[in-house]
Amino acid sequence: MSKLLEVKDLEVSFDTYAGEVKAVRGVSFDLNKGEAIAIVGESGCGKSVTAQSIMRLIPSPPGRVKNGTIIFNDVDILALNERQMQAVRGSDMGMIFQDPMTSLNPTMTVGRQIQEVLMKHGGVTKKQAEVRSLEMLQLVGIPNPAMRLKQYPHEYSGGMRQRAMIAMALACGPKLLFADEPTTALDVTIQAQIIDLMKELQKKLDTAIILITHDLGVVADLAERVIVMYAGKIVEYGSVNDIYYNPKHPYTMGLLKSVPRLDSHNKEELMPIDGTPPDLFSPPKGCAFAARCDYAMKVCHYCDPDYFAINSGHKAACWLLHEYASGVKENVLRGVI
Amino acid sequence: MYSAEKPLIDVKNLKKYFNVGKNQVLKAVDNVTFSINQGETIGVVGESGCGKTTVGRTLIRLYRPTEGEIYYNGKNINDLNKTEAKKYAKTAQMIFQDPYASLNPRMTVGDIIGEGIDIHGLYRNGDRQSRIYELLEKVGLNREHANRFPHEFSGGQRQRVGIARALAIEPEFIVCDEPISALDVSIQAQIVNLLMKLQKDMNLTYMFIAHDLSMIKHISDRIAVMYLGTIVELTNSNELYSNPIHPYTKALLSAIPIPDPKIEKSRSRILLEGDVPSPINPAPGCKFRKRCKYAMDVCEIKVPELKEVSVSHYVACHLTSR
Repeated sequence: MSKLLEVKDLEVSFDTYAGEVKAVRGVSFDLNKGEAIAIVGESGCGKSVTAQSIMRLIPSPPGRVKNGTIIFNDVDILALNERQMQAVRGSDMGMIFQDPMTSLNPTMTVGRQIQEVLMKHGGVTKKQAEVRSLEMLQLVGIPNPAMRLKQYPHEYSGGMRQRAMIAMALACGPKLLFADEPTTALDVTIQAQIIDLMKELQKKLDTAIILITHDLGVVADLAERVIVMYAGKIVEYGSVNDIYYNPKHPYTMGLLKSVPRLDSHNKEELMPIDGTPPDLFSPPKGCAFAARCDYAMKVCHYCDPDYFAINSGHKAACWLLHEYASGVKENVLRGVI
Repeated sequence: MYSAEKPLIDVKNLKKYFNVGKNQVLKAVDNVTFSINQGETIGVVGESGCGKTTVGRTLIRLYRPTEGEIYYNGKNINDLNKTEAKKYAKTAQMIFQDPYASLNPRMTVGDIIGEGIDIHGLYRNGDRQSRIYELLEKVGLNREHANRFPHEFSGGQRQRVGIARALAIEPEFIVCDEPISALDVSIQAQIVNLLMKLQKDMNLTYMFIAHDLSMIKHISDRIAVMYLGTIVELTNSNELYSNPIHPYTKALLSAIPIPDPKIEKSRSRILLEGDVPSPINPAPGCKFRKRCKYAMDVCEIKVPELKEVSVSHYVACHLTSR
């Protein structure tokens, strides 16, 4: 498989009156063509900022990319001027936002909004755009598309608006689709519809997907690989099976243990992660998770851990994986330390 | 199991309609009957607009029901005089969904928690302050937090303040209206554990409203599934998940993704077509019939009643009543 996207050492900061917020602090990952990857983490962990930097949608000022490279489709995204970037956005990259209520233009019909994308990026005539927008609405499963094209967003329900957003994002056949919490604002039965639609379209159109979410259930369903972020850094990444069945970072383990499962029958206490994420105005010197970690050692508070490979595609940034720390976790679990 | 006990709260044929103009009536809650026992947690689930919040608000007298009665310890809560109403306000409290919007930004946390204490004239003078400190510590905050303002706290901490405020006047019954849906995953578990611990310590009765079915299964003894203003299924939580009967409950359960890739990628879903219909001037008959693949002729004419199909398992569906 060939690489579609390569992000290296990405650092993004926001300058505010209170000081510099280091939202993303050195993120590297890559994505193959047609692959679905999920970025999970709590609010403020930098997952949305990472995605927005790849699309160059970070408002600047106050935001700025301090360091790093983003290679998309063999092009250095950060070196493009705004005009060239416009050509990439929309035609090669599409985005679905969290809130379908506020991300559609209320004063334009849904049809016009889809046609606008097609005419701007697809280089088609108005006639062709009309035909194509009808096909797109059909593709995303909106009943009675000819009538729906002429309607305004307020006449759509929440699930339908999200379908229209997907139609718009996919109108020009992008190679990469960002889905920023695409189902958070929707009800569970509608969420199931949208996930199924995204899975089907990924196969049909061979689009790579970057899914940003905090719902571990949705990730298990949709993604092939998972990136776990905490306080602006990737703490662990690997295939879904690696992350769910063999998590190595205490934060990943904590996340998995803190959600109750529908298919379990015991009512034992949930295992929450105590405390709150660190302040990104002055991120801690060592591992950002050390203050909340059950297994924190002295080194964790002073030195930021490097990535340790568990297998070829599974890496985690945790000192517990260092050879000197072997047995620490077991001893903590047994209550020795 | 539950019928032997005398219920703490008895809701009978509760209806709450809202006038939305032009002779249109929004039937938010339409003929709901259930009871809550002392010390139990009843979970209410359903999609947005199904009336679960309206039921909760009517129970603590924030809304007056259009029809029907609510009995608390045998007393109709809508027939109370002023002093009795104030007394009822002390027994029934609410924890709100949005910890950002439900705390007054101009009051210190100490005053927010102390307001109820002042209104009901409990803990006078020096006791008031020590009571506030005690409550803060009970919900996992520090006494230093009493002088701070809500904006200085994170979402999870604010929800803890909301819980301390509800507990301040020693209520017996608390309506938790989606108390965790605005919080991050790792914080949700903290709040749920806190709520369960407080229930044990103080013998509280909860009505827990949520749309997150896995969390509600974890916390509830019994669960009511609501659809468009009516209860479609009501039973204890393990029974509901192992043996759902109503087609809507089945679809709802199968729609929830399980955080386990192997199970998730192999199981098949019951997908519901379309959206929840509008509760304004609903069509007669069963409210779910338009999305139900088993819909029969009788579903269009008659509203199915909530009937006991096995021990303390209630379902409102014509499929089971035949």
